[in-house]
Amino acid sequence: MLMKPSDNKRSNFAGKVFRFYYDGFKNMSWWGKRVWIIIIIKLFIIFAVLRIFFFHDFLKKNYDNDKQRSEYVLDQITNTSVADD
Amino acid sequence: MIETADLSLVDWSRAQFALTAIYHWLFVPLTLGLSFIVAMMETIYVKTGREEWKRMTRFWMTLFGINFAIGVATGIILEFEFGTNFSNYSWFVGDIFGAPLAIEGILAFFLESTFVAVMFFGWNKVSRKFHLASTWLVAIGANLSALWILVANAWMQNPVGIIFNPETARNEMINFWAVLFNPVAVDKFIHTIFSGFLLASVFVMGVSAWMLLKKREEWLAKRSILISAIFGLLSSLMVAFTGDTSARTLAKVQPVKFAAMEALYTGSKDAGLVAFGVLKKSDQMILTEKPANNFVMKIQIPGLLSLMTGGSTDVYVPGIRDLLTRGDERRGILPVVVMMERGRFARTVLNDYKRARLLNDREQADIIRNEYFSNKEFFDRYFRYFGYSFLNSPEDAVPNVPVTFYSFHLMVLLGFFFILVCALLLIMVFRDTLAKRKWFLWIAIISVPLVYIASEAGWVVAEMGRQPWIIQNLMPVSISVSKIGTGAVITTFILFAIIFTSLLAAEVSIMVKQIKTGPKH
Repeated sequence: MLMKPSDNKRSNFAGKVFRFYYDGFKNMSWWGKRVWIIIIIKLFIIFAVLRIFFFHDFLKKNYDNDKQRSEYVLDQITNTSVADD
Repeated sequence: MIETADLSLVDWSRAQFALTAIYHWLFVPLTLGLSFIVAMMETIYVKTGREEWKRMTRFWMTLFGINFAIGVATGIILEFEFGTNFSNYSWFVGDIFGAPLAIEGILAFFLESTFVAVMFFGWNKVSRKFHLASTWLVAIGANLSALWILVANAWMQNPVGIIFNPETARNEMINFWAVLFNPVAVDKFIHTIFSGFLLASVFVMGVSAWMLLKKREEWLAKRSILISAIFGLLSSLMVAFTGDTSARTLAKVQPVKFAAMEALYTGSKDAGLVAFGVLKKSDQMILTEKPANNFVMKIQIPGLLSLMTGGSTDVYVPGIRDLLTRGDERRGILPVVVMMERGRFARTVLNDYKRARLLNDREQADIIRNEYFSNKEFFDRYFRYFGYSFLNSPEDAVPNVPVTFYSFHLMVLLGFFFILVCALLLIMVFRDTLAKRKWFLWIAIISVPLVYIASEAGWVVAEMGRQPWIIQNLMPVSISVSKIGTGAVITTFILFAIIFTSLLAAEVSIMVKQIKTGPKH
């Protein structure tokens, strides 16, 4: 199948963008490589360790739907410390 | 004390959030300011075509890149903490933060991520002008990202543009523009970004001073000092000016915080501004005693506090005691005791509504909803003080006065010190006498940790000073926390302390190595 001229332009642009990033990463300085290693380790710890094992959304984990969550929070803000009630 | 299920859980949750926010803020202000300094240097390079300016731009851009990369995504942990540790707050706050944070995310992703790549990979690959435009867009994008985060924070300090839905127990935004142009948001944004500009200027001055001491790259160091001293001087003046306008706004919307910043217990006309003071040890206890001098010593500028808050020395400035019992009629501020009564009434109405729904009494629920929750007057007169219903005594509305007072005065004192440092550096650069004055180069180097302390102290004033509130007047911190195990919070606190300290150590070591290596030839 023949490519339309606009498709050609688009793929040229995508190629240029790819080449731009590819060359950039390939020719990165020592500090650039070092900080990229740190970024990857950091993102892994944040999203694959902390998020999954330590930071569950309390309401999503303990209640099935928004109605239950609303009722729970309503209880919390009306029943806590009800010295006045 | 405010009643809570587990005070140690509240304290650990607060401590964890404070730790994360303090570390996060070590990275952010340098990004905000250094991005503009780099953009200015590159503009000079593009205008003059001189390679020395390109070298200088690339050197500072490298330091910017290290800080940017290490700091990136450290703020996302704060969002995790909201959902896990402060779930009542996260639910209650509703979608108010949704719009600002979504805009922040899109801006951060498209503006910063795209153009940061051009900044670092684009030398000799894109035209000079396109590269320069990318550098400016990164600077503008980074600062616009900060705007949305600060809008969200300002809403917590002064909740506006919302209505509470009793059915969902959530607040709903009814006026986006009121949230965006919240007076606290406007003041906070300008004050914070200029403080970031000042911090970055002091950082550039300090590193350049070190270069001059070591007799390295003298041309680059002197010109870096010239640019950063001008930028720093203008920024420090703006920080002082916006600090003044911020304080005036605070006096209206967070009057107890404002009084705590000055450790002002008893109000008066012709109130003086404390330039320097040492509080008595039992300062927090004085609240329950008869008016007494709560300072060991103080240097005060007579009448200045009245002048700054109301434009005249005749203006009455209420102290903490006055705000608890009498309020401030002139500014329409109710006494805390009255706000407690109104908050309790609002909670009783909410409780009645909840009970009616539980009993499936639709008629009663509709009556309460129509009479109260559809009534603007109920929100303006009662529900806006909902959080006060959780206080057991008016004193619960008072933050830790010594922490607020000392943080505020440390920040202000250092702020004026930096104005002086920038001005003197500028004079010395113009007279070309800087390299000879080694003692002053050392002052510039020592100023680097000091400017970070000042910047963090500013946040301590903002966040400690607003206690006990997580949302001013609407929700105290003690009610906002999730009922999770304290042990889990302690574990993640220790984890964060290790992770962030490692990140900081990595940043400092890479940066020091790069500074020692110097710009490429």
